[in-house]
Amino acid sequence: MSDGTAVVGKSTQSGPPSDRAQIQVVPLAGLPVVAAAVVFVALSIGFNWEWGLMFNHVVGGGLWTGIDLFVGLVIGPILGRLSIPARAEFSARFMPKMVIIMPTVVMMTLATGFQVARQAGNLSASSPNHVWLIVSFCVVGVMAVIALGILEPANIAVLYEMNKPVPNGELIGRLMKRFIYTAGITGVMQVATLIIMTRLASR
Amino acid sequence: MSARDTSLGLRTDQPVPPVGWFSTGALGLVVVGGIILASYAPRVAPRGVATVLLCVAVALLAVSGVMLVRIESFAWRTFATVFKWALLAYVITSGMIEFAFVHDHTRGYSLVIVTLMLVVFALSVPTTIAFTVARFADPS
Repeated sequence: MSDGTAVVGKSTQSGPPSDRAQIQVVPLAGLPVVAAAVVFVALSIGFNWEWGLMFNHVVGGGLWTGIDLFVGLVIGPILGRLSIPARAEFSARFMPKMVIIMPTVVMMTLATGFQVARQAGNLSASSPNHVWLIVSFCVVGVMAVIALGILEPANIAVLYEMNKPVPNGELIGRLMKRFIYTAGITGVMQVATLIIMTRLASR
Repeated sequence: MSARDTSLGLRTDQPVPPVGWFSTGALGLVVVGGIILASYAPRVAPRGVATVLLCVAVALLAVSGVMLVRIESFAWRTFATVFKWALLAYVITSGMIEFAFVHDHTRGYSLVIVTLMLVVFALSVPTTIAFTVARFADPS
């Protein structure tokens, strides 16, 4: 039973990896950054701070789209071809960071995006951009359900499995497949987001 | 129903009720409801569709809760640990969305619907995450 046992730390060991380093599911060092982002977003909305709203929306959206595309279309296919122990070792270092980065950039993008649309008049039914805005809501809605209902639970389940004394490599492989496929779908949907957002910004 | 592969001493995938699907279904319905409400902002959205979506979402979430508590052998401690931290994260997220709607002068019945949808949102995501983690954990 070597699958998934070499998750972190001693990669060559076999059998029960008693001295294997525990994975920190939520990297605590990142929490102050998250708190700062939440406060920044709240202040930007509360004070109708135009630059703050635009900064959060553009930076958050750029990171969200970029990370999703890179993970879905570059990292995902590579990960899918790796052996299960290699996948597990990569995931042990990669996924805790995603647990903290993705919800933060999504919150920055969506919370301020609605305010930006309101200030720009795009929420008005008479705006020529209104239809594009509704389409973007739908794309984001699909991505949200996939990310929150499938991707994130699988991500955290993998991390918990890896923290067991003897992780189940087959289970990790199955959950990772779910992660790889859904990351691919959200990657493709991000292309649609890029088209919609560049169209909105250029009208 | 064996929850263990005794040859490896590992807990393996076991047949469990579709709690995750129901809670994700509830999430999907409130997301659709949110899109409908947001697409009408700042005007008042039609209440009927949003109310129906909310009611079905609440029903799905309730069914997932009932199915959950009826599982005989389940890692409740793991479920509780994951659920409470995920709940904290999604309560903060929901609070931010609620704040944005209140800031944009959403009032009356629309605000009630939005608030209840956010409650469903804040409960359904932690339920799905905690269930997915706990179903593979050792009940002992």
